[in-house]
Amino acid sequence: MNVVTITGVKKLYKMGSETVAALNGVDLRIDAGEFVALMGPSGSGKSTLMNILGCLDRPTVGSYKLLGKEVSGLSDDDLARIRNKTIGFVFQNFNLLPKLTSLENVALPAVYAGLSSKERLTLATEALKKVSLEDRAGHLPGELSGGQRQRVAIARAIAMKPAILMADEPTGNLDTKSTGEIMEIFRDLHKTGSTIILVTHEPDIAQAADRQILVKDGKITKDIITAHSDEVIDIV
Amino acid sequence: MLFTELLKMAWRSLAANKLRTFLTMLGVIIGVTSVIALVSVGMGVKKNVVDSISRLGSNMLIIMPGSSNRGGMRGAAGSVITLTFDDAEAIKNKIKNVAYVSPTVQSSYQVVYGHENWNTTVTGVIPEYVSIQSLEIKSGLFFSEHDVDVRNRVAVIGSTVAANLFGEINPVGKKIRIGNAPYTIIGVLSSKGQSSGGMDQDDVVLIPLTTAQERLIGITYVRSINVQVSDADKMDEVQSNIEKLLRQRHRIREGAEDDFNVRNLTSLMETVTSTTTMITLLLGAIAGISLIVGGVGIMNITLASVTERTREIGIRKAIGATYSNIMLQFLIESTMISVIGGIVGIVIGIGAAQAISKFGGFTTVISGLSIAASFGFALFVGIFFGMLPARKAARLDPIEALRYE
Repeated sequence: MNVVTITGVKKLYKMGSETVAALNGVDLRIDAGEFVALMGPSGSGKSTLMNILGCLDRPTVGSYKLLGKEVSGLSDDDLARIRNKTIGFVFQNFNLLPKLTSLENVALPAVYAGLSSKERLTLATEALKKVSLEDRAGHLPGELSGGQRQRVAIARAIAMKPAILMADEPTGNLDTKSTGEIMEIFRDLHKTGSTIILVTHEPDIAQAADRQILVKDGKITKDIITAHSDEVIDIV
Repeated sequence: MLFTELLKMAWRSLAANKLRTFLTMLGVIIGVTSVIALVSVGMGVKKNVVDSISRLGSNMLIIMPGSSNRGGMRGAAGSVITLTFDDAEAIKNKIKNVAYVSPTVQSSYQVVYGHENWNTTVTGVIPEYVSIQSLEIKSGLFFSEHDVDVRNRVAVIGSTVAANLFGEINPVGKKIRIGNAPYTIIGVLSSKGQSSGGMDQDDVVLIPLTTAQERLIGITYVRSINVQVSDADKMDEVQSNIEKLLRQRHRIREGAEDDFNVRNLTSLMETVTSTTTMITLLLGAIAGISLIVGGVGIMNITLASVTERTREIGIRKAIGATYSNIMLQFLIESTMISVIGGIVGIVIGIGAAQAISKFGGFTTVISGLSIAASFGFALFVGIFFGMLPARKAARLDPIEALRYE
């Protein structure tokens, strides 16, 4: 099943009198259970594509079907509800709320989903177990190491069992050892069936994925399946 | 469920910045306190005035002789001797809805008992005076209709006179001298305290009207006639009937000026009440301005807090907080500040009002309305001034907010 179907997506910005295209006609399909690395130099439109995929932004032109449902024309609040239930975010700088404990941070999406405290506790504990941090449930982010913080962030991202897990340079602020741990977690999640989109500019990290997509000048220039074959699909 | 979580979030965020929260709250506390305290002072003034007017008796009309208007010179009111005991009798007999009619004469005398003497006002009255002035007899009794008819030399004295002439002795049955004639004291009045004008209402000697007119002062007219109307709604009707009757009795031609005045205490009361209410409202409004300033303080801090927490807002939005979730979170914070500030302000305001009456000597009346109004206004201020920052927070673009350092 297609989780993501993007057709003819353009994102245009007005810079004074000129119109700049951050994305200039992108088509992309991602199936359930895929582990995709989204690559490209800065300014390539990779971040814009990620924001659109993550329902943080809308395309100016084109269609985006998430789980078969058109989302490009939805309101801010509808997009917020989709992010809440269908998308999990992992950021480069963790983005945990410093005054909430690990458990509370992980339970936060469930709060906005309107779940009861009992359900929230169950979901959050379960998610923390998956990143092996249940013993740090009561700690504040400030009391955790970088790697542990990112694991809490991953737990928060997967707590609502989203259809897509989006990770934006998740290892950018981590040392080699923590990077290894985090990538291990992503691979484990992938094995258990999660659809993961990993945004990175590091080829080493991208290696972990089954499929690498290269974005350049607002277009997808390469789409390589790396896991099963060395087949290269040249789009341009 | 989500709402209780938002309440908890707001509470935690306020608790995390205790000093800042307290200082913001202080504006509301001062505002609510000053509204309650100042309004209580205003209401106290009003109560004082109203009390002293109503102590004169309710539904009261006071008829005074008019000023002289002969030869172009106008004398002082009461300088003409136009009202008589018969006028009072006529009002009592001919006009409907009149409960009591009490004509009085008054003059100052040196009152002597043994070696003690005291200068006081001697008032000639009839027994109805007791009801009309709501007097109470502490000991002895008041003189009767018969005493008035036969012009007996009996007197009822106020507690100030009793204290100055007799000290600890019971005055009832003793004889005092007024204008060289002996009067038997048959009763002592209960204390009424000071009037609004600062006059001692207990510094009085009451004797029968006829005795005062004929045996003491030597006059045939009365100084004033107090009329108590049986029904408040009938005040105007009775007043105009009295005016008609007196014009007729005094043979005043059509178009000529009255030789008497009828004063309506109820309308005086209305004027005083509306004036003091105005002053109270003005005091409350001035205090209310400090509440608005407090509200601006709330807005200021909440705006700063929104900017400070831009990234937090971005994170919350990214993981699914809607516009109204964020809006409510900040609105609850500002409302909490104003609600808690309001409650603290009410407590301090009531305390301040009591302190003012205890140590400042003012009468204060704490009104439930001023408490409710100031609290309601504080609540409104919290919501109103919280709205702008909350909207600002809720409208943040999550992408921009997440990028904010």
